[in-house]
Amino acid sequence: MNLLEGAVRPGFRAPDAGDFVFPSIFGDSVLTTKPVVLVFFSVILISTFFIASSRKALVVPSKIQFAGEMVYGFVRNEIGKDVIGSEFQRFVPFLFTIFTFILTNNIFGIIPLIQFPTMSRIGFPVAITIFVYLTYHFVAIRKHGLFKYLKDMCFMPGIPKFMYVILAPLELATYFLIRPLTLAMRLFGNMFAGHLLLILFTLGGEYMLHDKLIMKIFSLFSFGFSLGFTFFEFFVQCLQAYIFTLLSALYIAGALADEH
Amino acid sequence: MTGTLGIVGFGLSTIGPGIATGLIFAAYINGVARQPEARSILQPLAFLGFALAEALAILGLVLAFVLK
Repeated sequence: MNLLEGAVRPGFRAPDAGDFVFPSIFGDSVLTTKPVVLVFFSVILISTFFIASSRKALVVPSKIQFAGEMVYGFVRNEIGKDVIGSEFQRFVPFLFTIFTFILTNNIFGIIPLIQFPTMSRIGFPVAITIFVYLTYHFVAIRKHGLFKYLKDMCFMPGIPKFMYVILAPLELATYFLIRPLTLAMRLFGNMFAGHLLLILFTLGGEYMLHDKLIMKIFSLFSFGFSLGFTFFEFFVQCLQAYIFTLLSALYIAGALADEH
Repeated sequence: MTGTLGIVGFGLSTIGPGIATGLIFAAYINGVARQPEARSILQPLAFLGFALAEALAILGLVLAFVLK
């Protein structure tokens, strides 16, 4: 497209997966790259906020205590109690940690000067998913016993016998492969795609700004869209943190369920 | 014509989730229209269903970029 290629400057370099790789800040190790530093920073941030929120717990809460209690109450009630049911209290710390950790790291994607959602590196969602995976299997095996758990998973009662041929491999694949894969990929994909689109619209706008006048006008649209998309990205980030935690709670509830 | 097959794959992979999102939110709007008190009960279900359906479209987009 000749409209986008100038005579003396190169064509537009579209963002790709290489934009998510960072050099290490000092030294040579992978532990000093930007995503890892951001993850550590997010843990410090969350701990400071919630320690400050629960420090002097008054009956009439102060503002920071109210904010902390609102987040905790949301995870405890909407995600813990409504989904898991009677034994929810021992899973609330786990779910609360996942929710705040993913939410903070997602929000890093739109904060100026940070602007990198650490969950867009596949390693971090995979790490959280491993914990969720081990949790829901361990809870089910501890409650029902390994043999009964697998038997109820593959040979559900109340289904005609010939369906077991199709159902058993499908259920095994679902519980052991597809659930962790989609759980991690959903979070990773949303963060990756959102960050990529933000880079694309911002860099595209900047590229078009150096061109003819009509392109300068189009670049304003590009910048405006990247601004609007930032707000949409905020919604998606909160939603993805909520969905991850909700699905983890659902899998744990399914592991604890008595019927089938 | 230039481009990658991945982009075509991504385009195809958004058909299903697009229809699914429409169905999910049509059901949600219908439910809230018939009984406005059910709004707070149906809303988490609507967003959960939407995220589950959207996951496959997002997979298509990501794999189009990652597997070049």
